[in-house]
Amino acid sequence: MRLFSLSRFWAILVKEFIQMRRDRLTFGMMMGVPLLQLLLFGYAINTDPKNLPAVAVVAENSVFARSLLRAMEHTGYIRFIGAPVDAATADRLIRRGDVQFAVHIPPDFAEDLVRGRQPALLVEADATDPVATGNAVAALQGLDVTALVHDLKGPLADLQSDRAPFEVRLHKRYNAEGITQYNIVPGLMGVVLTMTMVMMTSLAVTRERERGTMENLLAMPVLPMEVMLGKILPYILVGYVQVAIIIVAARYLFTVPLMGSLLLLSLAAIILIAANLAVGFTFSTMSTNQLQAMQMSVFFFLPSLLLSGFMFPFRGMPVWAQVIGEALPLTHFLRIVRGILLKGNSWPEIWPDLWPIMLFLLLAAVLAMIRYRRTLD
Amino acid sequence: MSEAVIDVQGLTKSFGNKRVVDDVALRVGKGQIYGFLGPNGSGKTTTLRMLCGLLTPDAGTGSCLGFDILNQAAEIKRRTGYMTQRFSLYEDLTIRENLAFVARVYGLGRLRQRVDTALERLGLAARQRQLAGQLSGGWKQRLALAACILHEPELLLLDEPTAGVDPKARRDFWDQIHALAGAGLTVLVSTHYMDEAERCHEILYIAYGRLIAKGTIRQVLAAHDLATWSVEGPNLHLLSRELQQLPGIDTVAAFGTILHVCGRDAAALDASIAPYRHRPELHWERSSPSLEDIFIQLMAELDGNGQGSNGLGSNGLGSNGLGGNGLDINGLGGRK
Repeated sequence: MRLFSLSRFWAILVKEFIQMRRDRLTFGMMMGVPLLQLLLFGYAINTDPKNLPAVAVVAENSVFARSLLRAMEHTGYIRFIGAPVDAATADRLIRRGDVQFAVHIPPDFAEDLVRGRQPALLVEADATDPVATGNAVAALQGLDVTALVHDLKGPLADLQSDRAPFEVRLHKRYNAEGITQYNIVPGLMGVVLTMTMVMMTSLAVTRERERGTMENLLAMPVLPMEVMLGKILPYILVGYVQVAIIIVAARYLFTVPLMGSLLLLSLAAIILIAANLAVGFTFSTMSTNQLQAMQMSVFFFLPSLLLSGFMFPFRGMPVWAQVIGEALPLTHFLRIVRGILLKGNSWPEIWPDLWPIMLFLLLAAVLAMIRYRRTLD
Repeated sequence: MSEAVIDVQGLTKSFGNKRVVDDVALRVGKGQIYGFLGPNGSGKTTTLRMLCGLLTPDAGTGSCLGFDILNQAAEIKRRTGYMTQRFSLYEDLTIRENLAFVARVYGLGRLRQRVDTALERLGLAARQRQLAGQLSGGWKQRLALAACILHEPELLLLDEPTAGVDPKARRDFWDQIHALAGAGLTVLVSTHYMDEAERCHEILYIAYGRLIAKGTIRQVLAAHDLATWSVEGPNLHLLSRELQQLPGIDTVAAFGTILHVCGRDAAALDASIAPYRHRPELHWERSSPSLEDIFIQLMAELDGNGQGSNGLGSNGLGSNGLGGNGLDINGLGGRK
């Protein structure tokens, strides 16, 4: 009895394989999750984002200015979207996160340049995510006289010296020192909420089914809406405790600036929480046991983590990955929470990212209600 | 039968392409206890679930407590207590918390008082702070019963409530059921125990999704008119094997040291056992069939019929004493 028995070992082995094959979903997940990770990591993630959107604020439209803007695009790191705008518009675009950079060409740029006064070119960068802007900033600062080599001819050839005839002055906004925590800690709020909320509710209904209590619940006169709300509400409270803990930690442990309204943030948080709970509830109605519910949660969480812009710059990803990312509530919440805490954004700036989460919530809730069966059929 | 509490016809339900309940008609009178019998997988649970709105019938019409079973499930649920086969209250809640939960779901007033009363009535008061998961089978069953009569339903559907419960607890349970029925509650209880079937006012026998027999026990016994002998002696297992081969002998079943030998055709049965009756070591006695004999017989016939292989079904129940004595046997040949 004590000796290792091949046949007993074989019995266990065979049984495990049979069970593994029976649970299709688990098997699919075991194959699917690594494949998903491989594709996401492999194709979508790029820590050196190029073609970051920028706008120009041109006070003086000269040959030199145009050449410089073109030279900036030639670095491959930035791309000007649309025609030059005024300073106020540029500021709004940066706050909303529509552009990463604003390049200001000052008045009298050409004259100062020609006279060798070395005029300064202002580049404003949205530095909330230091990783996303780091390489672009370096490339812009490296611009030198070669950018104007075609324009500095004839009498201006003198300006082609070792010293660049202009200066690039960089203004990193929102996170001047490039502190990673400023970006990560607010983002973690969204990540923690996504992970725990989806997982906890996905287990909620599944647990009833697995323990057999569902039959009793269905035999009683309860409406699906009552079950869903009753199950979700306690977790909303839990979610709020999490938000509070993270805000306190952000403030006192990581000294993250809290620029905007915490009230607005909690409004956004409740919508994110509700959206995630609805997803969890939907998973809950689709899975037959808690293990499956857990796996579905992971399946949702993984892309949220990788494609939302939390771990890797959103703009570094290929278009298809950005499309998936835009569909996830976390992506929008990250923009909202970073905007409120670091940029001091208020209602008009966060609305473009708030409604997609609300839409997601609506769709997920409707799906959950449809999927929740009032009978055992 | 007085006023009908359940009155359904043509109840049918399939899962995949397996027809689990097939054209079942039920009429259940007020204040009566109906025993719902039948082999495993015969469709008892499915029928109960359809009656209380947990499953939607594929076909069939009728009413339960005066409400339409197809589109008034909510009304039926409010007035029905359903006790599931498997314990389905919350194991991580105490007895008291479970009862309070149920009371709140039904929107019952005077919560505390009502829960107290229920605890007292079922003798659960001393254990009210215990987690349901820690209770033994008998106590769990008491709790489940307490929970499903808390809202004072008019109809109780009990799905094998006493499976795995000791005899004393079973007896107590049945005393409760009789007390409730005496107070006007109608009870439909599924069971595998024949002694429990005998405590019901009427029985319903279902097999392969079809209602095979119904009536009082006396009616069912009379209707089947099964010739039965009991025999005592040594080496009964050998005898049993021999007897099973003989014509006219449909079932042979051992009850301790006694064999029950049954057959529909009394003359053929007598002829077959005649040679054995003279053996000195065997003691033969004519006896009356038990309910169990009848059911085993019915199942044996259905098996023959269901698989359509051996000849048992061909001369089957169709010829048996039907109709006149209030017993229905629905056409068995239909299962193809």
